[in-house]
Amino acid sequence: MKNIYAIAHKELRSYFVSPIAYVVVGFFSILFGYFFVASLSIMVRFSTQAGMYGMGGPQSININEFMLRPLLSNTAIILLFFLPFLTARAYAEEKKSGTIELLLTSPLSDLEIILGKFLGALSLFILMLAVTAVHMIILVVYGEPELGPMLSGYLGLFLMGASFISLGLLVSSATQNQVVAGVITFALLLLFWVLSWMADSVGPTTQSLLSYLSILEHFDDFSKGVIDTKHIAYYISFITFGLFLTTKSVDTERWRG
Amino acid sequence: MIEVQNVTKRYGTTIAVDNLSFKVEPGQILGFLGPNGAGKTTTMRVLTGYMPPTEGKVIVAGFDVFDNPVEAKRRTGYLPESPPLYPDMTVREYLEFVARINGIERVGRQSRIDQTMGRTSIEDVADRHCGKLSKGYRQRVGLAQAILHNPDVLILDEPTAGLDPNQIIGTRELIRSLAGDHTIILSTHILPEVAQTCERVVIINKGRVVAEDTPENLTGGLDGATTINIEIDTFGSDPTATLEAISGVVSAKSNSDDNAQTCSVEVKTSKGMDARRDLAHTIVSKGWGLLEMTSAKRSLEETFLDLTTSEDSEDTFDSVDETIESIS
Repeated sequence: MKNIYAIAHKELRSYFVSPIAYVVVGFFSILFGYFFVASLSIMVRFSTQAGMYGMGGPQSININEFMLRPLLSNTAIILLFFLPFLTARAYAEEKKSGTIELLLTSPLSDLEIILGKFLGALSLFILMLAVTAVHMIILVVYGEPELGPMLSGYLGLFLMGASFISLGLLVSSATQNQVVAGVITFALLLLFWVLSWMADSVGPTTQSLLSYLSILEHFDDFSKGVIDTKHIAYYISFITFGLFLTTKSVDTERWRG
Repeated sequence: MIEVQNVTKRYGTTIAVDNLSFKVEPGQILGFLGPNGAGKTTTMRVLTGYMPPTEGKVIVAGFDVFDNPVEAKRRTGYLPESPPLYPDMTVREYLEFVARINGIERVGRQSRIDQTMGRTSIEDVADRHCGKLSKGYRQRVGLAQAILHNPDVLILDEPTAGLDPNQIIGTRELIRSLAGDHTIILSTHILPEVAQTCERVVIINKGRVVAEDTPENLTGGLDGATTINIEIDTFGSDPTATLEAISGVVSAKSNSDDNAQTCSVEVKTSKGMDARRDLAHTIVSKGWGLLEMTSAKRSLEETFLDLTTSEDSEDTFDSVDETIESIS
């Protein structure tokens, strides 16, 4: 545990001494802020229109339904773009600079190194989510959103981001080029994202398989306020499988030398 | 302390290390010599558990490196060919990280780091970033990293590469002072270094051990032959035929151009024969002037070249020989 913490601490630290943490968290906040304001103004327009056409006034517009859900879905897309940049360097840089030799000859197990790197990236991701929480507090102070769907939405974002990180680590462990790692991670995530689009045009078995694998499908329920163990199990197995493959990938690299 | 048993390492179809076996006793310094591409770095990487061997096994401090990697690694300090530094960490932060992953307790960690920085004389760069250090400092921070957790076994891949002469002397002294408590394997291509630092030498070529002995025995010559350099004033005639006729002389090679008055001759004598008396007598009785005669001890370079180039053609051997001469 101490070893995992030592690696995680080192990872988090290196995000902050390089511009990565500031750029990623900073620009993520800008984008999130923009989406927040945009969905807020759309909702305001909706509710004024609803009031004008006598649909029961502004109160009948559900803030969760009209603002929070689209906002969280958009955030998931922003994460799809940002998280590959966090994990791209994790192994690629160590391999390029030769410091992987230090890690692999230290009394650490491969799993400890991988979990450390995972937790390091996860901590920065949590910080990104924490920044968005400020907006949510504003929403709670001035509006009356239901807290349940908001919290379940955040749980969904957290699990999804953790899955992205797990896949990113796997890809990074297979190359020593950060750009390659970033691009492949992004492409794979996007593929997982749009997997369900094909679902309607294939047979029933493939359909259920595709929509089960799609990251997007599983996030939907969270943003609606539904916490289904099926979806939690999906993300947890995605993360575990990604980390497991990473240990195999690191081991393969060893054999190849 | 270190036992390498029939280790073979293949990369695809290329054989980097071929059925290598040797042993290092506790407290010994073993020099690992070989031309580039001989498999030195690969062997060291196998020893440190960085990569598994294709065949064979390695036992370090009583632990099989691949059955019990964490215990073996805990007792091993390793300085790779290029020091594994994190450019964005200061030297102190870096050593703190290394201390943590090596399980050095928080209590006493700082004093251990200070002490190690003192030993490797890097205190003055303690707060500089590793990425901004000169090659010499990088090398010494790498060495500090290797000895920080006071390991039983030290594996150093070219520890003096990139250091200036003063630093080289300092590092050699440090390595010698570490022997006794630590078992050390160091690889190098600087031959005098082996003679000065190591108690035993393993010379490898093409992944195989070609010689294993003390530096003294290796410089004593492979076949015991000695070389005598003579400078003679022959008034223009060629002395080689005359000298080769003397019993015990294997070959005589004149190194002077034709029109020079004096010529220097390199005479190789066979094992156990001291031909100096006969040489002097012959030269004087011929009426030539004997200007200089020195008995050259076979250098480690020569032994090394003999062992590592023996399979190559005579021509390349000669050209390498001349290159070495022109350098020295």
